[in-house]
Amino acid sequence: MKTKVAIIGAGISGASIARVLSRYENLEVHLIEKAPDVGWGVSKANTALIHGGYDDDPEKYPTRAKLCIRGNRLWHQWVKELEIPHVWNGALIVATKDEDFDELERLLERGRKNGVPEMRIVDRDELFHLEPNLTREAIGALWVPIVGQIGPIPAVIAITENAVANGVKTHLETEVTGIKVENGEVKGVETKDGFIEADIVINAAGLYADRIARMAGIDYFEIHPRKGEYWIFDDDVPGPKRVLFPTPTPISKGIVVTTEISGHLMIGPNAQDLPPEEKENLATTREGLEQVWEGAKKLWPQLPPRNKVIRTFAGLRPEPTGGDFIIKAEEEVWGFINVAGIRSPGLTSAPAIAYEVAEIIKRDLGIELKEKEKWNPYRKEISHFFTMTPEQVNEAIKKNPAYGKIVCRCNNVSEGDILEAIERMKFIGVKTPSVDSVKFRTKATTGTCQGSFCRPKIVQLLAREYGVEPWKVTLKGKGSEIGIGDVKVLLRGDA
Amino acid sequence: MIYRFTCIVCPLGCSIEVEVENGKVKEVKGCRCPRGKEWAVQEVTNPKRVVMSVVPVEGGALPTVSVKTAEPVPKEKIPELMKFLAKLRLKAPVKVGETVAEWKGIKIVATRGA
Amino acid sequence: MFPRIPMLSYDVVVIGGGPAGMAAAIRAKELGLKVLLLDENDYLGGILPQCIHPGFGLHYYREELTGPEFASRLAKRLVELGVEYRTAARVLEIKNYSDLEKVVIFTSPGGAYQVWAKAVIYAAGARERHAFEIGIVGDRVSGIYTAGEAQTLMDLYGIMPGKEIVIVGSGDVGLIMARRFALEGAKVKAVVELMPYPGGLARNVMILRDFNIPLYLSHKVVEVRGKGRVERVKVVKVDENLNEIPGSEFWIEADTLIISAGLVPSVKKLKKIGVEIDPATGGPVVNDRLETSVPGIFVAGNSLLINDLVDYVAEQGELAAEGTKEFIENGGIESRKWVKVEKGENVRLIAPHYLSGDRDVYLYLRVSKPMEDVELRIPEIDKGMKLPVVKPAEMLRIKLKAEEIRKAEKLTVEVVKA
Repeated sequence: MKTKVAIIGAGISGASIARVLSRYENLEVHLIEKAPDVGWGVSKANTALIHGGYDDDPEKYPTRAKLCIRGNRLWHQWVKELEIPHVWNGALIVATKDEDFDELERLLERGRKNGVPEMRIVDRDELFHLEPNLTREAIGALWVPIVGQIGPIPAVIAITENAVANGVKTHLETEVTGIKVENGEVKGVETKDGFIEADIVINAAGLYADRIARMAGIDYFEIHPRKGEYWIFDDDVPGPKRVLFPTPTPISKGIVVTTEISGHLMIGPNAQDLPPEEKENLATTREGLEQVWEGAKKLWPQLPPRNKVIRTFAGLRPEPTGGDFIIKAEEEVWGFINVAGIRSPGLTSAPAIAYEVAEIIKRDLGIELKEKEKWNPYRKEISHFFTMTPEQVNEAIKKNPAYGKIVCRCNNVSEGDILEAIERMKFIGVKTPSVDSVKFRTKATTGTCQGSFCRPKIVQLLAREYGVEPWKVTLKGKGSEIGIGDVKVLLRGDA
Repeated sequence: MIYRFTCIVCPLGCSIEVEVENGKVKEVKGCRCPRGKEWAVQEVTNPKRVVMSVVPVEGGALPTVSVKTAEPVPKEKIPELMKFLAKLRLKAPVKVGETVAEWKGIKIVATRGA
Repeated sequence: MFPRIPMLSYDVVVIGGGPAGMAAAIRAKELGLKVLLLDENDYLGGILPQCIHPGFGLHYYREELTGPEFASRLAKRLVELGVEYRTAARVLEIKNYSDLEKVVIFTSPGGAYQVWAKAVIYAAGARERHAFEIGIVGDRVSGIYTAGEAQTLMDLYGIMPGKEIVIVGSGDVGLIMARRFALEGAKVKAVVELMPYPGGLARNVMILRDFNIPLYLSHKVVEVRGKGRVERVKVVKVDENLNEIPGSEFWIEADTLIISAGLVPSVKKLKKIGVEIDPATGGPVVNDRLETSVPGIFVAGNSLLINDLVDYVAEQGELAAEGTKEFIENGGIESRKWVKVEKGENVRLIAPHYLSGDRDVYLYLRVSKPMEDVELRIPEIDKGMKLPVVKPAEMLRIKLKAEEIRKAEKLTVEVVKA
């Protein structure tokens, strides 16, 4: 008999856990997510960094400190196995005052304690050699070469695809309404779509981890959202080669200036604490964006004119009571494992968190895990026209002429790319067609024009492939439909 | 009653004032040409518009055909015309310039083929 | 690097199959050039097939047509003349090897090709400014569309985007969409205009009166809120310096926000080959053949500067085609001296920028602010044209004779009180 595992939340943590657990033949793994697609919660909007592991104080936050550096090392392997878009460009924590060096020394020391390799302090000359357009006030920096950047949602998608290929069952658009506990043991998960039986329930519900825990009667922690806002600029705006941090203050890691993996200058985040109930408050604010602008200018004085922005966005980090990750099997409810409060460096730590959970299952729940004889660690990325040479395009066209037809002109995304993305959406069980699902897989609609030319075409393709009316295609799930009906719907009076 | 508006007959865009008394135009001020004056009077007494819309079409490259009225329609009749157009359904092929329907003697002409 | 993909060879490649590109290709063919036109859409016409309203062609065809009709006339002529064209063909790169050797790489469902040509006419149009660019904050939800995208959804694909509409910008596209929404039964709750005057042509401003649509001048939309879909938008009043007036904020409930905040010439591919851009027009700096700073690269239509009238766009296409003919025959555009055109008082933008003096020229210009009873003057040649009213929304066009141009070292165009 297989042990049934229900993972609540298909973000970076839940997906990573699913992948790691898919290795074992005696587990039946269910990945449950309330959104229509994976990675749409906390994983969606953040700085997309694979941190170096020097930042987390091992005394105060032992779990974070341990898992961050381990996660960093694992990502170097996972991005290759899963073909996740990434860049290992290193980070500079920049000093502008003499006192800053004290803090940098502290970070260096902490990094060494945490096991971070290859860190060192660079002087002004070397700093400007590494990053010539930095503020002239910079006097030195801590150089952390192992820092990198990935596409966080593409990562969740890649991991989920691999997990599904290895037998994980997804339940998307499935909101959890209760945890069934009997005699101090979990029995399964109640959802709006019915009951999912489980011997082990893993709570990786991001901002909602406190609510899910309460459903199992566990209430010792609370998750409050901390909002961070960002600007992204057009790809002809010059950005830095490395990830640039200011020297941190006791309150904040500071506003990062970076060129994200698609080549756009990105600045952010600020940090605004919200009350626990505002878990859906993803609105950008003028005050917040202003704060980010001012903060970024200190490191990168030549910010472009503001109309060079192509997008502003906000993300929420799940801040737990106590500040450290909460990753443990709860003693009062056998089989219930919390993976809660996965705030920064959660993205970095995710693979390590996943192995930690496997360890907890073995160690604390006493379940022996038997490796499958055949487990596929690899996953292929979909085609991207923008990575192909014209010769390769002509090869692809022999398979399907759609590979030669551009849909998103800003980012050169072909119809073939989009059709593959839709196939992959169906593969992991995406039920509601949405433009965002295509966007995160192909980069369509994320360029200079922000989709005004290509979105209607993507809507047509989604409608065709999903067999729905085009106006029922959504931007980002139910309630965000592209239209209210056909063009005559209001005149007929049936809207 | 005085109506004020900007003339649209040519790019000059004269500011026109039309004075109406007992349903009759008394005076037109501000136009610089007879065409403008004629338009202003019509605009006050019997405004008309060419109406354009799209109509669903089956079997075309696009799901709609664009249409217009072959002549201007009295403004107050437009909502009724739109209700009529909302019921139309066409089948490809449709040619540009083809009359696809008629409403109260006014031809509905395709402006985009299918 | 030469990619190993099929090679084609032409005198001229025209990039873009809208009115500028089609008119250019037609003229080039009429002039005996071997021409290839490329367009990324499945159909010719560019943006015209979705501009289903009348108001096109009064100058060019001397009759009033709708956008699709204007496009189909040009397309018909193009086909009659046997101009070669490819649709669903997206240009990836332009390479400029030498004055008479250009390579245009394009992809299409039929394959990726390299086209060798002596000259290129770039007529790729413009794009619309979006909500982020104009600083709107709040929720990133469904129901926020540029006017052009809403037009595509409604008038090509037959989708009704929403039922309660707020429109940002009283330019022509915004007003025309206001009418389309109103005609199809939606409630247009407001048109919100930052400037103290409407941004569209008078005939389009009239739409507001026809459909009782409130126009908020000196106002801006600053925020959108909603869950999944737009629920309300926040509007604030601005003073004469366009600064927001504290306390003047109010909310309008709506499910759709349409952004009609102006167009930006699509010139990234030209910038990559070093074409000089005029920050005022957003398009290339050109001479009176509409040749850019890179010899043999010509530009027309909204890639040159944002036009109000398709007629001028088509005219520019023809002019560029004539330029390529001369360029190819003479191995370059020659001129004894270039007369520079400069912006004087109340002129926000003007093109072309350099005049040869060996042909008559149309200057296209826009003013910075509206004025009444003005004179458009060029003091160097003592030329003047009286105008009762000028508005930034309405492009001015003035013809200069070759002999007038030749008289001057430079020309300053100004719009001053008469």
